[in-house]
Amino acid sequence: MNRSRPEPVQVVKERRDRALAALAGSIPYAQFLGIEFERMGDEVTAKLRFDEKLIGNPLLPALHGGATAAFLETTAIVELAWQKLWHDIESGRLDAETLTPDTLPRMPKTIDFTVDYLRSGLPRDAYARARVNRSGRRYASVHVEAWQDNRSRLYAQATGHFLLPSGDE
Amino acid sequence: MDEDRKRKLARQFIESIPHARALGMELTEIGDGEAVITMPYDTRFVGDPSTGVIHGGAVSTLMDTCGGAAVVSHPAAHAGTATIDLRIDYMRAATPGQRITARATCYHVTRNVAFVRAVAMDEDEAKPVATATGAFTVENPGRGK
Repeated sequence: MNRSRPEPVQVVKERRDRALAALAGSIPYAQFLGIEFERMGDEVTAKLRFDEKLIGNPLLPALHGGATAAFLETTAIVELAWQKLWHDIESGRLDAETLTPDTLPRMPKTIDFTVDYLRSGLPRDAYARARVNRSGRRYASVHVEAWQDNRSRLYAQATGHFLLPSGDE
Repeated sequence: MDEDRKRKLARQFIESIPHARALGMELTEIGDGEAVITMPYDTRFVGDPSTGVIHGGAVSTLMDTCGGAAVVSHPAAHAGTATIDLRIDYMRAATPGQRITARATCYHVTRNVAFVRAVAMDEDEAKPVATATGAFTVENPGRGK
């Protein structure tokens, strides 16, 4: 193998995009809510596409706090699963071409999740990014931030703890 | 709160919330700071298709909605409320195929804040699926925000 020759950019991008799409597509509730994921390198940004069915207060109007909580929790879980999946596809342990819900690594399980509602969610798209503050053998702590118009004006943030799938599952 | 007002509030509460309607929620009990809401099992709400277990976010939404209902039904509160914060503890996976029921209690109300506890169960009511604690706003009529 010639180590000095990098893979063609399209091969790299296609592998990573395919793996992220397989991961995102494996969560029915994320699709029900209209959550999409965009990738730059290994950084993932989640997008909650606005829909009338996400409204919790029609008088304001404002997004339902539950829709925001689910958006943040999904972002945290996908970030955790993505970090593991990234290593698996980049090392060649998993083949991105053949990933299906059955061959994907098991998902982390939420232990607890605390959402802080900073502003009411406006009737438009929302974005979120998660940061894994600690990920050990069994447990992980993840922080998530969500915004709408301005990246620096968060409308919600959350911290959650997750149980990681053990290797033999 | 008289029975007629309770029934009317129950019907209007879910009907007025598009996201609660989208999840098929049904408010079965409300009054004096307590509310019960149920949500049917639906494959669209699944979080992990390999297990068929409902997504934690759907359970959060049920508990959040139920908490809000408990707040607005409290004698010291008024029509509207918004969640300030909500913490959910997931004790176990809800059994696939079973309806989930949340019961929320608004156990203390100040001029500005309502404190809520909630529990979510599937058909095995002895073993809760999740519990939640949260703080909600109390909207005072006539006061600028």
